[in-house]
Amino acid sequence: MGQITLIDSKLLNLILDRLCYQLIENHNDFSQSAIIGLQPRGVFLAEHIVERLRSIQPKSTILYGVLDPTFYRDDFRIANRPLTGHRTDIQFSLENKHVVLIDDVLFSGRTIRAGLEGLLEFGRPQKVELLTLIDRRFTRELPIEPNYIGKSIDSYDNQKVKVMWKKDGGEDKVLLLTESDKQ
Amino acid sequence: MKESNQGLSVQHLLGIKDLKRNDIDLILQQADLFKEVLSRPIKKVPSLRDVTVANLFFENSTRTRLSFELAEKRLSADVVNFSASGSSVKKGETLVDTVNNILAMKVDMVVMRHSAPGACVFLQRHIGASIINAGDGTHEHPTQALLDAYSIREKLGSVEGKKVVIVGDITHSRVALSNIYCLQKLGAEVMVCGPTTLIPKHIQSLGVKVEHNLRKALEWCDVANMLRIQLERQDESVRYFPSLREYTMQYGLDKKLLDSLPKKIVVMHPGPINRGVEITSDVADSDQSIILEQVENGVAVRMAVIYLLAQSRLHKH
Repeated sequence: MGQITLIDSKLLNLILDRLCYQLIENHNDFSQSAIIGLQPRGVFLAEHIVERLRSIQPKSTILYGVLDPTFYRDDFRIANRPLTGHRTDIQFSLENKHVVLIDDVLFSGRTIRAGLEGLLEFGRPQKVELLTLIDRRFTRELPIEPNYIGKSIDSYDNQKVKVMWKKDGGEDKVLLLTESDKQ
Repeated sequence: MKESNQGLSVQHLLGIKDLKRNDIDLILQQADLFKEVLSRPIKKVPSLRDVTVANLFFENSTRTRLSFELAEKRLSADVVNFSASGSSVKKGETLVDTVNNILAMKVDMVVMRHSAPGACVFLQRHIGASIINAGDGTHEHPTQALLDAYSIREKLGSVEGKKVVIVGDITHSRVALSNIYCLQKLGAEVMVCGPTTLIPKHIQSLGVKVEHNLRKALEWCDVANMLRIQLERQDESVRYFPSLREYTMQYGLDKKLLDSLPKKIVVMHPGPINRGVEITSDVADSDQSIILEQVENGVAVRMAVIYLLAQSRLHKH
């Protein structure tokens, strides 16, 4: 079985634009909002979104931070590899803010749950929304659903979605890999 | 930051001697993350919610004990404390029995300070829990060395290539030995300085320089780690130096000496300080001293050690 390209760079460009305009529709000038990228992979997407928002609305100040959910995960005892953390950098309070949490792929929902717990250490947001590039439907283990979706897909458990970025040394695209292709 | 799929190569932290360079780098990297956690409004993460740690202090301690306890609590571990005074040790119970009794109450990790060198190595052969050495006699004090390295890295950017002199009672100091191993593994040059009587014979075999003149040593170094005279460990029948006053005149660091040096060196001290003996108050409180930063970093470094060992224990296959 080979790999399937879910999103190529042209489509990705369109999707990122659409997501940005959807965010602007709900957050206006972002004066009451904050964008938080989830470490490690969600940060690439979040940076793209923030850069685009800043070029679309150069006058608005967009609060942006990155959050590492590692220390809040529930699989500390059962993970098949040691969980070493990543940098968290949130230089502002989230008290009463409208927070947009960004991750690249939504699968079981457990990373987002950990992220939500970590988020609350920085204040009590007025509202938290979730933006995800790929929503793997029917795979949720927790009642967590995204507010903004790049693309919804139906996939099997033995498949893996790989989001690649130019910034990470690849090409901007999203692949669906099956078990035998995993490295 | 590089993503690491490897945890520590060890199950216990008995001494720096057993650690690889990668282990030390991993601990310092994790400590960066925990230092950020400690700067938050809510300085606590739930990672070790179901891990129980016993702090066994068979010897007195203020800083290390508080620092370990805070580190454990900031990681949400359950903590039990034990000190030898007021315990059954006084009734003649052996170390292994004491610890096994504590472990029977389902403890996952033991932090131990003991006056006998090698106490942790001995214990590790007899019990199943992870052990962290919080100082064993004159042998090692690994977490102190790690936090010293972390503080140097924070202040000077890196440890690699730096020149560090350890001044004072090297013979009776566990901090000195752990520091020598740790700094050398990180690529620093190490010198020891003190009177001949307080420097072990053959210490050159560890690859350290030896200097008996404090001024020369300070002119050579980037960092000076000033140690306390370990009166409680010294053999009372031996006089290592004529008088404390004479020691201070030869090996005490005062502001006049510090200011006369060609470059601004960093001054460290593992505590407790004997003000006016190895270091004067104005040096200890000067802007070149990072003594309080060392204490602050101690909590983050110990959080990193406890977190990584708890994981290492879960992934030992």
